[in-house]
Amino acid sequence: MSGFDAFEIGKRRDLGSYTFTAEAIIAFAKKYDPQSFHLDAEAARDSLYGGLCASGWHTTAIWMRKNLEQRDAWTAQLKAEGKTLPVMGPSPGITNLKWLRPVFAGDSVHYFTTVTSKRKRRSNPLWGIVEAHTEGINQNGDKVVCFDNAVLVQL
Amino acid sequence: MSKGLYNSSMSKNKKYTFEDFTPGTTFNLGPYQVSAEEIIAFASEFDPQPMHLDEEAGKQSLLGGLAASGWHTCCMLMRMMIDSFVLESASQGAPGVDFVQWKKPVLAGDILHGTSTVLSARPLQSRPGLGLVQMRQEVFNQRDELVAASENPFFVLLRDKGVDA
Repeated sequence: MSGFDAFEIGKRRDLGSYTFTAEAIIAFAKKYDPQSFHLDAEAARDSLYGGLCASGWHTTAIWMRKNLEQRDAWTAQLKAEGKTLPVMGPSPGITNLKWLRPVFAGDSVHYFTTVTSKRKRRSNPLWGIVEAHTEGINQNGDKVVCFDNAVLVQL
Repeated sequence: MSKGLYNSSMSKNKKYTFEDFTPGTTFNLGPYQVSAEEIIAFASEFDPQPMHLDEEAGKQSLLGGLAASGWHTCCMLMRMMIDSFVLESASQGAPGVDFVQWKKPVLAGDILHGTSTVLSARPLQSRPGLGLVQMRQEVFNQRDELVAASENPFFVLLRDKGVDA
């Protein structure tokens, strides 16, 4: 039994939610994405989005944090059950990232990640690949972000 | 008077509007100096895994050193695009990213550079005054090794003509 076996295809993991404050949106944007609609509520009103909203990269960075928090809880549970812990490696990338709606100051985004496939590769006998689909849903039930991601897991 | 969806003043005083993003146009990105402090600060907030937080743990990992989170690389790429052309353009943001490939680790001390190239561009019928431009990004380190590649669309305002149509 390897840690690779612990990933269940189709299981939707609830990663919890995060509230994007104006302060956090602006602090992130100043460093990495200083476009007016991520910095200034006044300027944002004239933009395509109509209000101060988070950089799309802020919404994905927060997913990573929530993902790791839930992963820690999951591995603690596996450990308590005496199961082999998965050893995770790097990710080759992401696809189909969609920012479907703006995430405005004050919005809460609830993240969910579902394993969609896992496979062993002839090219690498040590590391398999696990693929997943992620969704972020706001407090009104609207999907605001989604993407497909992958991670290497030791076999 | 503007009768379009968007305020025509928003495309004024901008160096680049939709009309400037013709297929094949390339913008140079960087240089961007990647410091250990910035890698650790980003990772502490968003991706606190050992190989992004600690030099020794990074060396023991597949990444071979203190390595930036892939999401951090996306953010550094965004910042290089911002400084290269986005802030000088009538950009209205991006609806998504088709893919990001993390090809090689980005390590503390690396100096990144790259290109953004226009693949295609079309005015949006559904949103007068707005165009959609498809871009490809390539990011290299100081050894000219490709570390990341991405493709994404973004929205950009047409010059006054489209807005006033």
